[in-house]
Amino acid sequence: MRVEPRSTVPLWLILSAPMAAIVLAFLSCSLLILWTGSPVLAAYGALLRGAVGSPFALSETLTRAIPLILTGLAVAVCFRAKLWNIGAEGQFYGGALVASLLGTAGLSLPRPWLVLVLLLAGWIAGGLLLWIPAWLKTQFQVDEVVTTLLLNFVILLGISYLLEGPLKDPLALGWPQGRALAESALLPRLIPRSRLHAGLIIALLAALGVWGLEQFTVWGLEMRAVGANPEAARFLGIPVQGVILYTSLLGGGLAGLAGACELLGLKGYLTLDLSPGFGYTGIVVALLAQLHPLGVVGAAVFIAGVYVGADTMGRSLGVPTYLADVIVAAALLWMLVCMGLARYRLRWD
Amino acid sequence: MSALLSLISLISTTSFWVATLRIATPLLFGTLGEVLCERAGVLNLGIEGIMTLGAMTGWLVVYQGSGLWWGVAFAATLGAGVGLIHSLLTVRLGVSQHVTGIGITLLTINAAYFVYRMVLPQVTSPPKIVPFSPWPIPGLSSLPFLGETLFTQPPLTYLSLLLVPLMAYILYRTPLGLAVRMVGENPQAAASQGIPVYAVRTGAVMVGSALMAVAGAFLTLSAFDAFFFNIVNGRGWICIALVVFAAWDPWRALGGALLFAGFDALQLRLQQLWGSRIPYQFFLMLPYLLSIVALILVSRRAKAPRALLIPFRPEERI
Repeated sequence: MRVEPRSTVPLWLILSAPMAAIVLAFLSCSLLILWTGSPVLAAYGALLRGAVGSPFALSETLTRAIPLILTGLAVAVCFRAKLWNIGAEGQFYGGALVASLLGTAGLSLPRPWLVLVLLLAGWIAGGLLLWIPAWLKTQFQVDEVVTTLLLNFVILLGISYLLEGPLKDPLALGWPQGRALAESALLPRLIPRSRLHAGLIIALLAALGVWGLEQFTVWGLEMRAVGANPEAARFLGIPVQGVILYTSLLGGGLAGLAGACELLGLKGYLTLDLSPGFGYTGIVVALLAQLHPLGVVGAAVFIAGVYVGADTMGRSLGVPTYLADVIVAAALLWMLVCMGLARYRLRWD
Repeated sequence: MSALLSLISLISTTSFWVATLRIATPLLFGTLGEVLCERAGVLNLGIEGIMTLGAMTGWLVVYQGSGLWWGVAFAATLGAGVGLIHSLLTVRLGVSQHVTGIGITLLTINAAYFVYRMVLPQVTSPPKIVPFSPWPIPGLSSLPFLGETLFTQPPLTYLSLLLVPLMAYILYRTPLGLAVRMVGENPQAAASQGIPVYAVRTGAVMVGSALMAVAGAFLTLSAFDAFFFNIVNGRGWICIALVVFAAWDPWRALGGALLFAGFDALQLRLQQLWGSRIPYQFFLMLPYLLSIVALILVSRRAKAPRALLIPFRPEERI
């Protein structure tokens, strides 16, 4: 068997690769459903109903998509410049922590300004958390895959300490959680009696903004050049190290914004279960979207649907909800296979 | 001064060194596995997941009534199978090694959790098995101090220690090892010498992944006696840092794993000593911070295999 590059990759092949990957992911995971003893079609039917079957289901899916759009963007912009950011989870919590600190500090600002300040603070916190590994990468050639990932553990342990110690809400009956934010710091609901909040608008604006940045600015061009070939970029006079550092502030910032949005939009107080792994799922979101900022929105809604639908499937059929994580991971691997086959052709000899 | 004295008396106990060797064992298996993959030119970021899968599989096989060694064997076989998937994608198809590894980690961790939940739908405390007991080596185990620390260990710990000279011998002294190093340094040159590059890389990734799975199996079958979520807890990622720290060398991997495990064992004891004054989270942070510091110290002069991360495509000559 040999692998040959295709001279041209038709657009339909690029666009159909994610679809094929998703179908293959569902097909391969149906083996797991068969093992549970449930009928496959009924199980996937329950998943679909739970994800988009009613206005309430749809609002839940969109609510879950908000942090995934932002962490997906955070990963996508970094991966585009070949900055392997596996630390979106920690940056998410960093953003939420700083937003929580400021939001409970009793700032006397009118509502929109307070929200804006908290979101910006979350951005800066997340950005700085990725800036450190990016700086270590540019200065000492330290592999950022390991440093960003290890920082996740450090940040989560740090927050665990803060929530059990200095930041613990004395009214929380012993639970390790932070104090509630001021009412004027919370994001408004988009639809009454649902959990869907204005974070959706922020996430969509962020996607549009990143897309515009990558398409129409010099910096976006430089980011893509550095990602494609750092040596060539350096030869062209692009400040490679600077581009990596700026990219880290943008990418980490988006993950920090995700944490701040989730805090201001849903819970209103900091806990250690604010994210069930949004940072890691963001990696899958970014890759299913082939790192395209607008594709991230579609991929995030799809994956959010799988998670929300899997809850329904778990309740009605007793399939463990870990199936959702397996489907999402399988979709990522099938996506790699499909993209590989779109760019390269297999020859048997 | 009294703090220093208590530190010294801590380090001079046999229980400290026994703990150090126990903590070092999974790190050593994992690091050696990753060294083998990377020496052949393939980064394997699936290690955290493969360890989790190995831990779950090993435990499950023993829980279902088979012997402990069957648990190890099944874990290793499954690990090799995951390595095959990784190499099909990265070696054959030439897909990004970073991304494939992350995908493998997500898939294997969640598949392991799924299977565990399927086997035990409603359980609050994880059921236990009877783990490996120490095998004292006759004669040597009665030596003072050394006997108890080095020669009264569970079998997988001996195996991990024996693996170090074995892998160093194979890598540096046999044609097979030369082939592995060549496909990791210069696959074009290796291919022109008639070395089957794809096959050597695939084999290295499969064996390396099997070792990672054994690292996980050690956790459930020897260090603990049950499987629980998050059992690997970042050890896989620490192994990746240790590979850089060890400069891709088996003997240095042993040194790194022991040094690191020593700090971890010390951290556990200091936690008991000073736990009332310093919150426990700061002790738990130490291994992760230490890995980052180790990476910073060695990264600049670390020389990775030259073809690491670069897919081999004979028809694309540059």
